[in-house]
Amino acid sequence: MDKRTSAILAKYPRGHRDCLIPILQDIQEQYGFLSETSVTEVGLYLNLPSSKIYGLATFYNQFRFEARGQFHVRFCHGTSCHVSGAFDIIRELEKKLHIKPGQTTRDGMFSLELVACMGACHLAPLIQVNEVYHTKLTSNDIKEIIDSYIQGEE
Amino acid sequence: MSVKTHVPIDKDFLISNVLLNQSSELPAEVQKAMKFVRREKVKYPVVFIGTGSCGLISGAGDTLDEAKKYLSDRNIRAEIVETGCTGFCSMEPLVEVQLPGRARVAFKHVTAEKLPFILDGMFNSMLPGDHALGQYKNPSSEKWKDIPFIEELPFFSLQHRNLMKNWGRINPASIEEYIASGGYRPYIKTIRNYTHEEVCDIVEKSGLQGRGGGGFLTGKKWKVAHAVIADQRYLLCNADESDPGGFANRAMIESDPHRLLEGVIIAAYAIGTSKAYIYIRNDYKTAIRRLEEAIDQARQYGLLGHNVYDSGFNIDVILRKGPGAFVCGEETAMISSIEGKRGMPRPKPPYPAVYGLFGKPTVVNNVETLSNIPAIFENGPDWFNAIGNASARGTKILVLSGKIVNHGIIEVPLGTKVKDLIFVTGQGVPENKRFKAVQIGGPSGGFLTLENIDVSYDFDSLSSEGVYMGSGGMVVLDQDSCIIDTVKYFMDFIQRESCGKCIPCREGTRRMLEVYENITKRPVDENRHNTLERFKGVMQLENLAGVIKDTSLCGLGQKAPNPVLSSLRYFRGDYEEHIFDRKCDAGVCKELRLFYIDVDKCTGCTVCAPKCPASAIIGTKRHPFFIVEEKCTGCGICYEVCKFNAISVK
Repeated sequence: MDKRTSAILAKYPRGHRDCLIPILQDIQEQYGFLSETSVTEVGLYLNLPSSKIYGLATFYNQFRFEARGQFHVRFCHGTSCHVSGAFDIIRELEKKLHIKPGQTTRDGMFSLELVACMGACHLAPLIQVNEVYHTKLTSNDIKEIIDSYIQGEE
Repeated sequence: MSVKTHVPIDKDFLISNVLLNQSSELPAEVQKAMKFVRREKVKYPVVFIGTGSCGLISGAGDTLDEAKKYLSDRNIRAEIVETGCTGFCSMEPLVEVQLPGRARVAFKHVTAEKLPFILDGMFNSMLPGDHALGQYKNPSSEKWKDIPFIEELPFFSLQHRNLMKNWGRINPASIEEYIASGGYRPYIKTIRNYTHEEVCDIVEKSGLQGRGGGGFLTGKKWKVAHAVIADQRYLLCNADESDPGGFANRAMIESDPHRLLEGVIIAAYAIGTSKAYIYIRNDYKTAIRRLEEAIDQARQYGLLGHNVYDSGFNIDVILRKGPGAFVCGEETAMISSIEGKRGMPRPKPPYPAVYGLFGKPTVVNNVETLSNIPAIFENGPDWFNAIGNASARGTKILVLSGKIVNHGIIEVPLGTKVKDLIFVTGQGVPENKRFKAVQIGGPSGGFLTLENIDVSYDFDSLSSEGVYMGSGGMVVLDQDSCIIDTVKYFMDFIQRESCGKCIPCREGTRRMLEVYENITKRPVDENRHNTLERFKGVMQLENLAGVIKDTSLCGLGQKAPNPVLSSLRYFRGDYEEHIFDRKCDAGVCKELRLFYIDVDKCTGCTVCAPKCPASAIIGTKRHPFFIVEEKCTGCGICYEVCKFNAISVK
């Protein structure tokens, strides 16, 4: 077992079912996603079948099963963002990156996440790329923003 | 370097002189010391920077770095304090400066570039008036000329800040400042003077209703749980706010975490439990950090733990991070999520107050409900009962957003007119556009139009207009917003978030979404069967909504049709326009747009034709082009690429 995983599991010595979500959250924090190996390991530790753990993890929006991209793009789709035209932004992002929310591009550069509300409605619509916020967007801005990250990498 | 300016008042001083001194008036020298802790009086200049989430997104982080650099470069002896949010989102990043002996002034839109200019002015006692938002009233300091008082600005004039009293004023990471502003004294008073039943009685007498939307009397709920005989009970605080457009709870925790914590502890005492859980959304990183700090500090002060100040009361508060499911806002779903299962609701009764977390009696209260508790014990139930109108007591925190001038979080007495909230506090719709509707309560709420906007904001009045109060989100829509599209958005959200346990919600919401998709889609190559299906769907919409409402298992499903029913009630015209005329006046439903080329303006430059994904533009070079209506999908690419403004929307 990976040292990091065993360190996380050691934090939950009782190993009851109610520890499952905190353990998965810690693992995701550590690795960025839930891999097949880690799900199996957690299952062995808590004496739960992997199917049960997948059943739980896929229910919640937060858990990912693909590694995060180098640039993790979170877009806000709250009501306020929606009435300010967030839908176009999302469509533009999906078109540009060829992925859907929850997925990562093949080159591992970008990943997408949909957020219910970031709570910055006065700056709607907005996206967050790693720690940087891009606010008051129009669908034309998306191409430039994504290109600027690609160029920055090259 | 920044230097701590207030008198060093340590933990023991605060505990023995403030917390444990339960006389109604503190000795004069203690009061004076508290003024310094609260920074009503300062010895050196203080720069306050709002670093709540909305501030940080607006760039407060850069402003903070710049301020630190500014002070160290110039070797100025001043303190920088990070505060929470003041609620006035559209003015972020907000920076406030307090000079010794002068009133505290707030500045709006202070980006890192603007900060040196403002601080230059302030430190030379020349107020950069253009950037000032207002000044705070403070009897012990001299006021600035020509600067309005914060309380008199339209955004603040209708507000009654009780829960938001400390927002933006104190440092949320400091328990000392919270205690200095009266915090945790009600808690000590409660556990020393009242029995569990008395606490429940006081809260019931105050008339506090659950702020999660249900409106059930909080004191009554506590009594039920307290009356059940059990070896263990639990208190659960619902901070899993995941309404799109609602972020008041997050701001409450970020700006004043100790108030919530104190409320949680008093509630735990009332129902006689030693274990309380706070279920907070995992996305709220700043709020989680603040709450963790607050719990640590409370532990150090002996406010949490075993036998608190020899009262025999044990209390432990555990933080649980919700991994993101809208349905977990429902109490039984939240309970199963804490138990480590899928967050699915179960039928009630038995109610959680009788059979809840791990099978024990459990009280689930919202963040806002619990934050109200300390003030009730500080000022008495009659004080609380006097705020609000005949049908609802107290204040409510609301989020104003959408197409409105003043975005932000406000706190008003229940019973305030919705019209005043939008046109006085919010200052109406920007760019002289026409107000169309206001959406209240997120995906479980409904719409109000100009005709019934005069209604007062409380549980009963709103529900008589077919609107459910919900979490307090208020999204204003203007003439450019489409009601059908907004409802479609809510349906999309709800059907994604439906847990799938009961059929009416799982299947019904999806069918409703399909109806909306059909009426916002252009019928390219639509055969007669599809047309029939489309009309049948619309005709059944109201019926379907009624079935979902009556037969769903939990609140999510029962309230899911609210936007549909409310929009059908007030915006029939918009539906007819979409269904019969096949157009969207607001121009939001993209597929219903029809583009045409102005023959006089088109030069035949051929830019648009190759870009059209449907090959719907035909013509010859240097002659006006045409759009074939049957082929056009309404994507709008031609409109965007045309350099001569020859393409317009029909």
